[in-house]
Amino acid sequence: MKCSFGKQLISLVVVMLYGFFFISCGESESTSDSSQKSAANIKLGVAGAHSGDLASYGVPSVRAAELVVRNINAKGGILGRKVELLVEDDVCKPEIATNTATKLVTEGVDIVLGHICSGATKAALGIYKDSKIIIMSPSCTNPALTQSGDYPNFFRTIASDDAQARLEVNFAIDVLKVRKIAVLHDKGDYGKGLAECAKKYLEASDKAEIVLYEGITPGAVDYSAVVQKIKHSGAEAVIFGGYHPEASKIISQMRKKGMEAVFISDDGVKDNTFIKVAGEYAEGVYATGPLDTSNNPMAIAAIEAHRNTYGSEPGAFFLNAYSASLALLNAIERAGSTDYDAVSKVLRTEYVDTPLGKISFDERGDAIGVGFCMYQVQNGVYVEVK
Amino acid sequence: MEYFLELILGGLTRGSIYALIALGYTMVYGIIELINFAHGEVYMIGAFTALIFTSVLTLLGFNEIAVIVLASLLAVIYSSAYGYTVEKIAYKPLRHAQRLSPLISAIGMSIFLQNYVLLAQTSDFLPFPNLIPEFEFIKPYRHIISSPEIVILITTSTAMVLLTFLIKFTRIGKAMRATAQDRNMAMLVGVNVDRVISITFIIGSALAALGGVLIASHVGQINFYIGFIAGIKAFTAAVLGGIGSIPGAVLGALVLGLTESFATGYVSSDYEDVFAFGLLVLILIFRPAGILGRAAAQKV
Repeated sequence: MKCSFGKQLISLVVVMLYGFFFISCGESESTSDSSQKSAANIKLGVAGAHSGDLASYGVPSVRAAELVVRNINAKGGILGRKVELLVEDDVCKPEIATNTATKLVTEGVDIVLGHICSGATKAALGIYKDSKIIIMSPSCTNPALTQSGDYPNFFRTIASDDAQARLEVNFAIDVLKVRKIAVLHDKGDYGKGLAECAKKYLEASDKAEIVLYEGITPGAVDYSAVVQKIKHSGAEAVIFGGYHPEASKIISQMRKKGMEAVFISDDGVKDNTFIKVAGEYAEGVYATGPLDTSNNPMAIAAIEAHRNTYGSEPGAFFLNAYSASLALLNAIERAGSTDYDAVSKVLRTEYVDTPLGKISFDERGDAIGVGFCMYQVQNGVYVEVK
Repeated sequence: MEYFLELILGGLTRGSIYALIALGYTMVYGIIELINFAHGEVYMIGAFTALIFTSVLTLLGFNEIAVIVLASLLAVIYSSAYGYTVEKIAYKPLRHAQRLSPLISAIGMSIFLQNYVLLAQTSDFLPFPNLIPEFEFIKPYRHIISSPEIVILITTSTAMVLLTFLIKFTRIGKAMRATAQDRNMAMLVGVNVDRVISITFIIGSALAALGGVLIASHVGQINFYIGFIAGIKAFTAAVLGGIGSIPGAVLGALVLGLTESFATGYVSSDYEDVFAFGLLVLILIFRPAGILGRAAAQKV
């Protein structure tokens, strides 16, 4: 009892300290912006972990928003109004995120970039929804956030965790047109999670059946028994969730046994070590991986601006946050107002150029044009499959 | 039926590799009652040495057969030197200490060797060249058994026969059996026990290195950690068969390999280890000394 009271006391003190921190932050910002502050400013909230353990995930999105807003204000703002940033910290904690959200709402925020962590975002979403405020996360990958359909005000510029599995299954069914699929995984969180998603999508589709669903033991001496089992299941394609050491063993043994089933895997396998180790047997293997943005001129410019302004390389989710800020402000501009219905309609119907490419959003709020694409090993390198 | 045959052959191949490693465990245990946890690392070092020599010999322009034979031979010699040195450094000074001390020393040696290879080589997975050529005559049957599997089975059987011959019919074999039965008595009748122990380590390491080369060229990849899992499985096989017994180690290894193969084939590979270790528990309940182990009366 005493102990829990102590804990409560500590958390209270922590919350108070954070409170002071925010107040002082808010004040310094408002004084610096006081020259251009007017009632007509568009208020873009930026919420996420800006301090604490996970600050490295949140700070890049603040910087992305600052860069975007600076560019837009330099060109005269949107609809003749300047854009103003309201930066709030939620330290990635659901219990603090609700306070963060409430604070942003009371300050009259028009639109929010954030939050960073799935748990904190989920906690805050209800508050934004009740106030009819659109929020867009650069980093939350939890599938349920969009797929539950509970939060029509939520958008994101990152693919959800199950996007890879969906891509693998669609590719196998629609492009390769295989009917019998074996799904394997390495019993790990990542591999098994993917395999379970793939299984779910395959079961929902009547175009293909799962002939084998198995977990293999990572690091085993060999996989001949599993390989025989795949052969006898008659699978035309194997979807494997896991990492490259197991994938290269399985594919080598399959090919040595003269099996020609297609091998499809994930970004744990889309690694050059896989090609190096599996050698000639890697040829023709498919693997999903993040879209390549290194040639996008907007991405290059954004990263360059970050270097010039902050003197360092951008951190995690920087491009996602940059794209999200652009998408949000662009939607307000095209909608002609900050009205909830008008802005969300634009987000769902119109494409916008971002460092991640040309993106739009689907009914549930997931970005279209963001995420993963299929690669194939051709002549010893991964080549994007168009 | 064909499926059954494939599973048997797959299981036997896997079991043969376990057997090559398990022999080292069981021979050492038979003689000095020490579980040599660094044994799996010798297997790994064997594979690494073979990889290095293969690259060098291929660069020097040796032909395929010469590369296989020389690289395997050098790997065996090099690993034997490791086995010998490990015994001299880590176990010999502790010969008269409590039984736990050499055990801890063995675990330390295992961790040391793993990290040594990690630092001296790499933490990445390395591709291992396909040393064993694809035989033409086997091609029509390769869905049942591949050339590497045949080579593994033949090599292992030959090694077993030679080892049995060595132990049953040579002077050193006789000395080994004598040391295993009673070290003090063997010493009294003029057996150089230290030398016998060194030779036991050398033979065990040579077999493990052979296993390392064979399995690495079968699966085509190695890293510094492969010795750990292979070592655990081989140790299980040795216990299953009755630790200290040489035919027991082979039998235990084959039983383990076949159990894993059939568990995967007819049930699910999710439960591969469950079946393997479930079997171990069952056998130890009914035969606490292992399948062929003799329950030795406690020496007083």
